Amino acid sequence: MKNIRNFCVIAHIDHGKSTLSDRLLEYTKTISEREMQNQALDNMDLERERGITIKSHAIQMYYDRGSDGQKYTFNLIDTPGHVDFSYEVSRSIAACEGALLLVDASQGIQAQTISNLYLAIEHDLEIIPILNKVDMDSAMIDEVSDQIIDLIGCEKEDIILASGKTGRGVPDIMEAIVERIPAPEGDVDAPLQALIFDSVFNPYRGVIAYFRILNGTLNKGDLVRFVNTGKEYEADEVGVLRMSQHPQPKLQAGNVGYIITGIKESKEIKVGDTITTVDRPCENAIQGFEDVKPMVFAGIFPLDNDDFEDLRDSLEKLQLNDASLVFEPETSAALGFGFRCGFLGMLHLEIVQERLFREFNMDVITTVPNVSYNLSTKKGEISTIRTPSELPDHNYIEYVEEPYITAQIITKPDYIGTIMTLCMDKRGTLTKQHYLTPDRVELSFDLPLAEIVFDFYDRLKSISRGYASFDYQPIEYRETDLVKLDIKLNGEPVDALSALVHRSKAEAFGRQICKKLKELLPRQQFVIAIQAAVGAKVIARETISALRKDVTAKCYGGDISRKRKLLEKQKEGKRRMRQFGKVEVPQKAFLDVLKLD
Amino acid sequence: MPGLYLHIPFCKQACHYCNFHFSTSLKYRGEMVKAIARELGFRKDYLTDKRLDSIYFGGGTPSLLTAAELAFLFEAISRHFEVSPGAEVTLEANPDDLTPERLASLRQSAVNRLSIGLQSFSEEDLRFFNRAHSADEAARCLDLALEAGFDDLSVDLIYGSPTTTDAQWERNLDEVFRRRIPHLSCYALTVEPQTALDHFVRKGKAPQVDEAQAARQFSYLAQRAASEGYAHYEISNFALPGRYARHNSSYWKGEHYLGVGPSAHSFDGASRQWNVAHNAKYLKALQSESPQGFFEREELSVADRYNEYIMTGLRTSWGVSLEQIQAIDPQAAPHFQREAHIFLEQGQLVQSGGRFFLSPQARFLADGIAAALFW
Repeated sequence: MKNIRNFCVIAHIDHGKSTLSDRLLEYTKTISEREMQNQALDNMDLERERGITIKSHAIQMYYDRGSDGQKYTFNLIDTPGHVDFSYEVSRSIAACEGALLLVDASQGIQAQTISNLYLAIEHDLEIIPILNKVDMDSAMIDEVSDQIIDLIGCEKEDIILASGKTGRGVPDIMEAIVERIPAPEGDVDAPLQALIFDSVFNPYRGVIAYFRILNGTLNKGDLVRFVNTGKEYEADEVGVLRMSQHPQPKLQAGNVGYIITGIKESKEIKVGDTITTVDRPCENAIQGFEDVKPMVFAGIFPLDNDDFEDLRDSLEKLQLNDASLVFEPETSAALGFGFRCGFLGMLHLEIVQERLFREFNMDVITTVPNVSYNLSTKKGEISTIRTPSELPDHNYIEYVEEPYITAQIITKPDYIGTIMTLCMDKRGTLTKQHYLTPDRVELSFDLPLAEIVFDFYDRLKSISRGYASFDYQPIEYRETDLVKLDIKLNGEPVDALSALVHRSKAEAFGRQICKKLKELLPRQQFVIAIQAAVGAKVIARETISALRKDVTAKCYGGDISRKRKLLEKQKEGKRRMRQFGKVEVPQKAFLDVLKLD
Repeated sequence: MPGLYLHIPFCKQACHYCNFHFSTSLKYRGEMVKAIARELGFRKDYLTDKRLDSIYFGGGTPSLLTAAELAFLFEAISRHFEVSPGAEVTLEANPDDLTPERLASLRQSAVNRLSIGLQSFSEEDLRFFNRAHSADEAARCLDLALEAGFDDLSVDLIYGSPTTTDAQWERNLDEVFRRRIPHLSCYALTVEPQTALDHFVRKGKAPQVDEAQAARQFSYLAQRAASEGYAHYEISNFALPGRYARHNSSYWKGEHYLGVGPSAHSFDGASRQWNVAHNAKYLKALQSESPQGFFEREELSVADRYNEYIMTGLRTSWGVSLEQIQAIDPQAAPHFQREAHIFLEQGQLVQSGGRFFLSPQARFLADGIAAALFW
């Protein structure tokens, strides 16, 4: 156990985490240059494109240390980097003893890094600061080093200068991992206690859970119990992960590995759960388990009504490796049969929609997302509202409650004013203001969850120039004044665009949606009236003028190919439209309409 | 019978709206003429039928060619092809090049038709377009060309420019119709990407093109041309009876053509190909021992051919015929009829016998309708 080191990498998007991870894999010969695909750890196309790590991964490397002739086992646990997935991050961190804090020397510490860093410090992880991309002309080595020293209180010599591109600093990092990160502690003879920090779905093997053993030993063939779900399985295979799975007869305390039990649905494996043996169960589950609940709900409908069953199949398959996705059938007057889906946040929603398209070739329309509300009627009935159509006429309503969260925002003092303004605008109240260092302040707000669902995170990032970290936890439901906002196109309501909003926000929101739709809807041969209404009252309106000219001036020998392709593209775009009355709405408009600026 | 297109990629100065391929450096003109002549020989077998019914010098500005250069190209053409008696031989010319001497010399050449890039009779328009000629030169060149004996003339005009008032547009048309110029091409000013005009509009230095104004001026043009006895035979083209542009019509009728010179396109019925739109690369390839790699080529699928037929056919007064659609593919006809239904109902398509045409009101919406009928 003394030769094992478990660590994760904390970095802002684009600060070179994946590239540096690749260098470590190369240096330890875990992966040969030939099999090297850039950013080997992010193996979903979507992740690679967006430059974010959605699901965490774990990989084992061996380091032959020349100075003491010893062989060390490194377990690198990769972490997701978006607030939608903060629970997964916290579980990954809980599986480590150390963290590499990776900072881009040309950009300095970015706020997103900070909340994960504090999470790591909270879990007593040893932090190894690394200044990356030091070979770039724009690198500000002294300045960024000072920022790091300020933040974690290390010495300047502790900071390793590195370049993922050239491989500079990699040997120093290897040494620092051995020297500074403590070896895991634990009792190999105690009852098994292993923390699940991630799971993936494999179409041939079922769900594979990744775990870190805190105490005890897990043998192939053991009968195991997952403490929180209470389910029992046989450990068909246990092993460690290198670039592929390497089965082992047993794994002991301190190590990181995977287990295959023939579980078919990832719903059965919950990140944060504890694995123990049925024969000799541990006394306590590992702390910190949470059942991750969806925060945001939206309808997903097939673009073509005939594809309803295919959509169900696709969602079921997606759910196999995305346990946080939930769905149930729903019908809409305008969109026909579809599903009401629950997501962790807006990014999760976008990812699901994109995966449906890429992996299953499903074209879908997503309705305006909302949170769930508690409804109490005058008759004393209590129910949950998860779609705008479920909100009854206000005569029937005793009261409605909406979920609140408590948000922690860490930023520079310069941005306190603008962030306060933003949070007030979002119906928030400041509950705490606390200086962490003279240059770093933590603000706490109570905010309605509904207000952070849409554009809060993006706006926070832009008003603070990226210098604000954001994290939140749900707290309670509070009474609210909720209205249903309808969008009409030439008088025809489009229920996919209906939204549940606070009365004070209805007009502004309606105006924004109308304005955005004006940009997104293609002009047609007639005038299109876009209206936002609460009940019978129209509160916002935009008009799209009729298309007067839609013809290319010149169409001679050289123009024919180019123009044909242009029109073919136009036709393809039309296929991905849905008609409301006479008005055609592109599929893309349903999601883009929510990208309010 | 097939046509031949020669692209002369040089201009004195760049018009702000133009996205055709040209260079304002005339340094390599002599070499270019030789290279084009070489390409003619090299590609003489592209056309199965070697009797040319039309020859078209386009550009760029072909009127920049000297009499000797023109003669040299004609010599190459007649060496490799058979020019039909009565073939239409068009040269695109700019008003500033059409001096009495030049016109006299052109009359001595094989050129029998001039397509004049006149664009407007208004100084304000011409400056906005960055044309090389003045309003005076515009009016004068027409009279000079007619005096020189060129009765086969075509004039290009641009409408819908922020500088063109309705009254000016009317005056422009007056000038053309008064002279009974037999052929007229009128183009709505279009902001093409990566042109100077595009840049100005983006920077706010030029106003956006006003679509309603363009539609209004187009509608005036269509009515006026009809009352003057001109056939509106293609979206942008008008002719006195029997004076259609034969070469350009071949593009819309699906006839074969060979295009030589940088960026020129060719069509042999089954595929299209286009030369590199780069003078230096073109020269380099054509000056090498065995010229190659100077063009790209695209084989047309059945759907491509159907789509092209719909797209080009609907622009013309001949429309599209069910019979010809059927000939492209038996499946195409039912598809067309299914998709055309709504437009017939709305009166945007008109059926007569086995042919389908755009109604006059639908002409300015031709692209969207064609796209909807695509396969």
